[in-house]
Amino acid sequence: MLRSKDLLGIKELSLEEISLILDTAAGFKDILGRDIKKVPALRGKTTVNLFFEPSTRTRTSFEVAAKRLSTDVINFSVPTSSVVKGESLIDTALTVQALGADFIIIRHASSGVPHLLARHLHAAVINAGDGTNEHPTQALLDAFTIREKKGKIEGLEIAIIGDIMHSRVAKSNVYCLTALGAHIRLIGPPTLIPEHLKKTGISVFHNMEDGLKGADVLIMLRIQMERQGKGFFPSTEEYAKNWGLTPERLSLAKGDAIVMHPGPMNRGIEIVSEIADGPRSVILEQVTNGIAVRMSIMYLLSGVKR
Amino acid sequence: MNIHIWNGHIIDPSQGIDATGDIFIENGKIKEIRVHGQGSMTRTKSDKILESSLGDQTPDTKIIDAKGLVVIPGLIDMHVHLREPGFEHKETIKTGTMAAVKGGFTTVCCMPNTFPVNDNASVTEFIKRKASQEGVCSVLPIGAITKGQKGEELAEIGTMRREGCVAFSDDGQPVMNSLIMRRALEYSQAFNVPIISHSEDLSLSDGGVINEGLLSITLGLRGSPAEAEQIMIYRDIILAELTGGKVHIAHVSTKGSVELIRNAKKRGAHVTAETCPHYFTITEDAVRQYDTNAKVNPPLRTEGDVEAIREGLQDGTIDVIATDHAPHHRDEKLREFDMAPFGISGLETALGLSMRLVEAGILTFAQLIEKMALNPAKILQIHKGTLRAGGCADVTVVDTNREFRVDPENFISKGKNTPFSGWLLKCMPLYTIAGGKLYEW
Repeated sequence: MLRSKDLLGIKELSLEEISLILDTAAGFKDILGRDIKKVPALRGKTTVNLFFEPSTRTRTSFEVAAKRLSTDVINFSVPTSSVVKGESLIDTALTVQALGADFIIIRHASSGVPHLLARHLHAAVINAGDGTNEHPTQALLDAFTIREKKGKIEGLEIAIIGDIMHSRVAKSNVYCLTALGAHIRLIGPPTLIPEHLKKTGISVFHNMEDGLKGADVLIMLRIQMERQGKGFFPSTEEYAKNWGLTPERLSLAKGDAIVMHPGPMNRGIEIVSEIADGPRSVILEQVTNGIAVRMSIMYLLSGVKR
Repeated sequence: MNIHIWNGHIIDPSQGIDATGDIFIENGKIKEIRVHGQGSMTRTKSDKILESSLGDQTPDTKIIDAKGLVVIPGLIDMHVHLREPGFEHKETIKTGTMAAVKGGFTTVCCMPNTFPVNDNASVTEFIKRKASQEGVCSVLPIGAITKGQKGEELAEIGTMRREGCVAFSDDGQPVMNSLIMRRALEYSQAFNVPIISHSEDLSLSDGGVINEGLLSITLGLRGSPAEAEQIMIYRDIILAELTGGKVHIAHVSTKGSVELIRNAKKRGAHVTAETCPHYFTITEDAVRQYDTNAKVNPPLRTEGDVEAIREGLQDGTIDVIATDHAPHHRDEKLREFDMAPFGISGLETALGLSMRLVEAGILTFAQLIEKMALNPAKILQIHKGTLRAGGCADVTVVDTNREFRVDPENFISKGKNTPFSGWLLKCMPLYTIAGGKLYEW
């Protein structure tokens, strides 16, 4: 059983809850492999995708997950809504709830927005990415994928490479994979790995070659183009030269190391195409697993006593 | 109206009084202060006089039996935001001064970041006029250092000074240009007024909304490092030393800042400093649940900073406790953490929170009154913060043992934004006499 009506972040979950979500997701993954992929588990419930930031895969993944569970899905898109007329976030959320939403999937550029909504709504709030705080469903689907490929997570050497400072994916992954017993290495330029993180005992590497040695799993992060010109690194070319994943660099990791990416990728910058499309890449499996994990979360949240 | 306060424990650091006595107020002035003991008048005799005078109580003379209560000079808050003109939905001169009086204050100095900005004599005149019509305590405006608080051109400091401004600050915004700050510290000397520094290097704080550290990473909120405050404090101290001007450092929040000010004072620099109750009471931990009521600038810091601020108060490095009373409308705080405005509504909790320093043995009660009345008066060179006979009747009578639960819904201030909701505090004003006018609760 989950304790909270909401999924706000990995920080808020216990190890038992993480394991329950992953175990339940395995069952849903079996269903996704069947001819008839839909189950009636949440028929009559309503899911609203409330996305204040652009998203294709996460929003679509939630939509598919919600439909596979037989809920009605409404996509609330910001540019056509009254938000552009100046409606406050709380008013928008209360309106969506009043329309009958049981699940509100929220993505927002400001950290803490899911927490704010959770305090004011009785609907289940699911964080689909808030600012630079967390992206818990991505971390859970990554953990699910690693467990599926490696059979376990405990004891694995997992490298997360790129813009750690601004990445909610990296942070959720650190919390989730650490809780499951993996050892995390963060790799990237010093400007993008906050100094304060070293206090937590996580290994930090600024030299990619050193950081990749003996790694079981590589999680590549998307370099956000808008960071260019802000003084974090001089150019994407220089970034790619130092922290881009190439076959030579990948050869330093373990022979059976897998390569992950939350997408969307900048091919030729943080990852070259031959790796992204190669045999070590599990990037598309991450996408499929995302549906199973999100079904699991919605299913488990629906059982939480209010 | 005449007010006679009998048998109170009078604490007035300006005269070194810490004894039982009586205070007589007539025509808005302190007519006489009579200290018992030294054989002149015993407690029992005074009690008898009180009994007989209670019978004499007339509509013209109010008798306050202050036995068991403490009588102090009316508190002075040299850093408040009254929001008028321009932001009356947050606070007005009327509600802000009423909240002040409830908190034991009889004088407040209002920062210039109103709309329009108090950067010229007509706005100063408006504030003074409104305060005399609707305010319930003394309001001393602080003028902007630069026109529009833009940090580009000096405002008419001399003219505003004549209209009643007692200090100058671009509070809310630092003066980023070091040359302009130098000029302000030079020019202000002609009018003998302090320049108050909102110390923040905006390029380094870079839009930070909480303290920079592991917590800002954990919460995914943009951090403002302690160094952004310290760099500017150091700049303003050495500019004060260069020019001979007087600089007062507003809302000190970090350990490093305390050290910089302590060293500057040792060198003899003309620097004074204030902190606020939230900086010596709570840490950044208060924002852990994205509580916008704990979003304040400078941000709440760490345990080590809180400890250093307390030490700075104890050893005199920090001269003043001010509230930085920053009321906001509920709707403005009820939103995304990034978007919510900075500020805590502080007038009605300041004394209770500061009393905790006395309880913890960090300050004596008399030292607390120095920091909340006498020292602000000295820095601003106003004839207040004292119970001296002949002075303006600004007197507060407090019950130092009376406990109260902080309930923002009961605040008189329009700003209900406090991270101290539900706290049990001690030390409550029962009577505030502001300019001879009595308010009691």
